[in-house]
Amino acid sequence: MVLLFSLSPMSLVRAMPGSCAQGLIWGIMALGVYITFRLLDFADLTVDGSLATGGAVAVMLIRAGVSPVFALIVAFAAGMLAGFVTGILHTALGIPGILASILTQISLYSINLNIMGKSNQAINVDQYRLVVSLRYISGDGKMRFLFYSGLILGILVLIGILYVYFGTEQGQAIRATGCNQSMAKAQGINTNFHTVLALMISNGLVGLCGGLYAQYQGAADVNMGRGAIVIGLAAVIIGEVLFGKLCVGRRFTFAYTLAAVVAGAVIYYIVMAFVLWLKMPSDDMKLFSAIVVACFLSIPYLKDKYGKKGVA
Amino acid sequence: MAYALEIKDVYKTFNAGTINEKAALNGLNLNLNDGDFVTIIGGNGAGKSTALNAIAGVWPIDKGSIIIDGSDITALPEHVRAKFLGRVFQDPMTGTAATMSIEENMAIAARRGKRRTLKWGVTKSEREKFKKLLQTLDLGLEDRLSAKVGLLSGGQRQAVTLLMASIQKPSLLLLDEHTAALDPKTAAKVLELSDKIIEENHLTAMMVTHNMKDAIAHGNRLIMMHEGRIIYDVSGEEKRGLKVSDLLAKFEEVSGGEFANDRMILT
Repeated sequence: MVLLFSLSPMSLVRAMPGSCAQGLIWGIMALGVYITFRLLDFADLTVDGSLATGGAVAVMLIRAGVSPVFALIVAFAAGMLAGFVTGILHTALGIPGILASILTQISLYSINLNIMGKSNQAINVDQYRLVVSLRYISGDGKMRFLFYSGLILGILVLIGILYVYFGTEQGQAIRATGCNQSMAKAQGINTNFHTVLALMISNGLVGLCGGLYAQYQGAADVNMGRGAIVIGLAAVIIGEVLFGKLCVGRRFTFAYTLAAVVAGAVIYYIVMAFVLWLKMPSDDMKLFSAIVVACFLSIPYLKDKYGKKGVA
Repeated sequence: MAYALEIKDVYKTFNAGTINEKAALNGLNLNLNDGDFVTIIGGNGAGKSTALNAIAGVWPIDKGSIIIDGSDITALPEHVRAKFLGRVFQDPMTGTAATMSIEENMAIAARRGKRRTLKWGVTKSEREKFKKLLQTLDLGLEDRLSAKVGLLSGGQRQAVTLLMASIQKPSLLLLDEHTAALDPKTAAKVLELSDKIIEENHLTAMMVTHNMKDAIAHGNRLIMMHEGRIIYDVSGEEKRGLKVSDLLAKFEEVSGGEFANDRMILT
């Protein structure tokens, strides 16, 4: 009771705009995780490294005077390169997927340190015309509106591009590769090529997210991607659990599913804000996230095993 | 004229140098004429499926060469050979992508052997074509183009896989016990459909089966394998005159009586 009285609803409300913005930005990474985890059926841990790479590249470029928009494009390309390395380790060198991605992730830690020269680098929003920034949220109404509508519009465009791409011959080949390798090969699909391609697109999005997030918080940190994969998985799963039924059987099912994944990321950050508001120590957040993801990942398995008597 | 398929002295040993070493193909030789429909029988481990997998390039062979329509495919990876081959597998789950729709599966098959570009995956005219093809199955699938293949029954999936294998005319159709996992009634339907597709498209085909009656009733040629080699090869009149008892006798002859296992007699 004492705890309840000590909580101020206003502080929760004040936390919401930031949580939504964070959720939207991390939703882009969640889209990348969706591509590997769901479409390619590949548990890609590269993201923990490639997210920071995207951030590091963007921040260093902006500090060197490059336009923040162009910095994002390079961050995307840097992420793609990271995905390419994981893909080659896995397909050309035969290293199991998870291990290949861990190797890339670990090596990226050193690479990110080298890019930044130290463990973190800041950019000042007053000095540069950043694409997104925390500051825009606390700015005036017009600025805030521009910030959110721009972010949402950007994400919708991204979803549109992904929707179209995965409807093309190449996108279908990636989905077939992820769904059934035997079928894909029998139909003349180069599964190795399309695995690498999917990993590149996925990590490109993750790098883009890193670049955006670094601009948003005004700094890149070598540890900014730690646990990113868990947040991405949480977003994918929350999206599927909450909106899965709504998405099925529509004309643009896949686009709805992608939007649900972004919504999942937003909900994740809102829940996190709520839990923090309940005065849960922030040090325990990662533990809490991992437990939530573990629970949701186990649901399909338990449902299978125990039928309808199990977790519904 | 070149043969549709030439298999020259092919060897394949699995787990070489270990306690599980198994010589699966032991000097396999086979020539198929254009339009041949050959059924392949043999006991467990005779090398029937292994022979089909060697042609498809699932793994590299140890020795020998494989030539389709005059081009040597021995060194080509599986996905490159695919342009010559239509394949239907024993497990109905293997031939189709469950999470993708019927039309997407067919569109992927229609692009076998072609580069996957950024063009739209299923065109309108294709959709009409797929509809017509599905109508010939008489399973009502023509109204379910956008349904996920995972929702279909095993028999339906095999029927769709057969269409997919022939939608882009292959030089060789490989049927690997493709009715073994189906109930007898469905199996008979899928076999009937296989016959029809092979005949209408004038395909060269190889069908592995455990069922001797089917092996006799279908195709123009029958081969029996034993220990990774062909030990019996009949075609034409002689094949038409075959009886199950003849094949059983042949089995017993080569294996010293133990060859015909229960599964063969029962089926």
